[in-house]
Amino acid sequence: MEKVLMKGNEALAEAAIRAGCKCFFGYPITPQTELSEYLSKQMPKRGGVFLQAESEVAAINMVLGAAATGTRVMTSSSSPGVSLKSEGISYIAGSDVPAVIINVQRGGPGLGGIQPSQADYWQATKGLGHGDFHLIVLAPSSVQEVVDLVSRAFDLGDQYRVPVMLLSDGLLGQMMEPVSFPEITAKEVDKSDWAANGTKMARKHHIVNSLYIEANDLEDIVKERYARYAVIEAEESDAEAYQTEDADIVVVAYGATSRVVKSAVNKARAEGIKVGMLRPITLWPFPKKQLCAACENAKAVLTVEMSMGQMVDDVKLALECKKPVSFFGRTGGVIPTPAEVYAEIVKLNGGAK
Amino acid sequence: MTYEILLAGFGGQGVLFAGKLLAYCALFEGKEISWLPSYGPEMRGGKCNCSVCISDEPIGSPKVLEPDLLIALNGPSFEAFVPTVKAGGKVFADSSLIDAACDRTDIDCYMVPATQIADDNNLAKGSNIVLLGKLLAETGLFSTDTVRKALEKNTPASRAHTIDNNMKAIALGMEYQG
Repeated sequence: MEKVLMKGNEALAEAAIRAGCKCFFGYPITPQTELSEYLSKQMPKRGGVFLQAESEVAAINMVLGAAATGTRVMTSSSSPGVSLKSEGISYIAGSDVPAVIINVQRGGPGLGGIQPSQADYWQATKGLGHGDFHLIVLAPSSVQEVVDLVSRAFDLGDQYRVPVMLLSDGLLGQMMEPVSFPEITAKEVDKSDWAANGTKMARKHHIVNSLYIEANDLEDIVKERYARYAVIEAEESDAEAYQTEDADIVVVAYGATSRVVKSAVNKARAEGIKVGMLRPITLWPFPKKQLCAACENAKAVLTVEMSMGQMVDDVKLALECKKPVSFFGRTGGVIPTPAEVYAEIVKLNGGAK
Repeated sequence: MTYEILLAGFGGQGVLFAGKLLAYCALFEGKEISWLPSYGPEMRGGKCNCSVCISDEPIGSPKVLEPDLLIALNGPSFEAFVPTVKAGGKVFADSSLIDAACDRTDIDCYMVPATQIADDNNLAKGSNIVLLGKLLAETGLFSTDTVRKALEKNTPASRAHTIDNNMKAIALGMEYQG
């Protein structure tokens, strides 16, 4: 398969078209803009709709509308823009329609900065809008994985009728790597029992809605949704284990940070330190089983993030506080260096071998 | 073998483009590659640099902190990044724009009057490619055929005439003996 060099943002856009995305509604923001730019050129040529809305709030509500028809739809933004979209994302979850939402994270809070960050972990996995709901959250760590996870995001959304977030960051979005686009076949999902795509006067109309005035009705609806979440948690969690079999120390990192960690792990391994890495690919559902298996023989666990420490809570919960978990991170757009992570590994090891 | 390469200068000097050419050359030779830009919100004139990693192994951190090879297109980047070059590394710097001299003895520093060479040959703004030529001559990283292929891949049809100019800039850089 021919490999091309592409920025993460552009590759993501191309992969979305290939995955059957027919509608994109967005509003520009650094460092995600190449994604919208690519789609603005390509979508009209390839049978899709690209629309730059007047605001993020408008864009996410257009996504809700398109999703209600069963059309594959996507929006993308970066941290401050995703906050604006949170109301609409809650409505999408409450309406049980699939949609793909991209966050190319930058430093925060507020306007923050334009450099890479992972400070939206809590937002993505715990609180992207009001109400009892989850999004599936996927976290790629290379441009190739960005491509592979985009089509999975659309498939998962359709299969479970939930919004899916692909959590990227400014580093993955801006970097170029060789990438190939495998032939993909979108999972065929029958949407005929809910999609509001025209009755042709041949059936009862479908209603896509998130309003339930009767408390008992709303509770039933939420519980049905949580039954689906339970299936997702059982079936869909995913992680990469790297050199964890004999590891005394397991470093947990996702996304761009996991690449820095891999460099540090390789250096520490070369010095004889038994260290490995567990890289969550799904952040929700969090890969608890995989993490526990990787840490079975570990004496210490280290979480590394481009934030002040957000995933570290999930790591501790998954391990039920049976292992000591420490944290190292840089934030505000600063990327941790392999040397810094290596120093943390050496510290946990009680000095160099 | 892994090469960590840093290219640095002002926005508008072709830092990212020169890095892209190296990345494409490596792509044609089936290497693992990462190309990572770093720049501020300015379109031109701001600090700009570009990390390129070329390896036979998958690449971990794409940010180059201790380059094997440095291309410095202006004074501030020369001063900022020469101290970070790995011992045994090589620096290619535009002496038309940089007054400072390299004070390290554990690296090879090639001072090339790249802007002057480009201007003398009607290749304005070609200093990035002249230095790239010198880098190729001193490292033997890629053949000129591969470079031409990379240029063809990265030049839109409307600018096809620049390919020969850029190949000339590569040749001038390769020939320069300072």
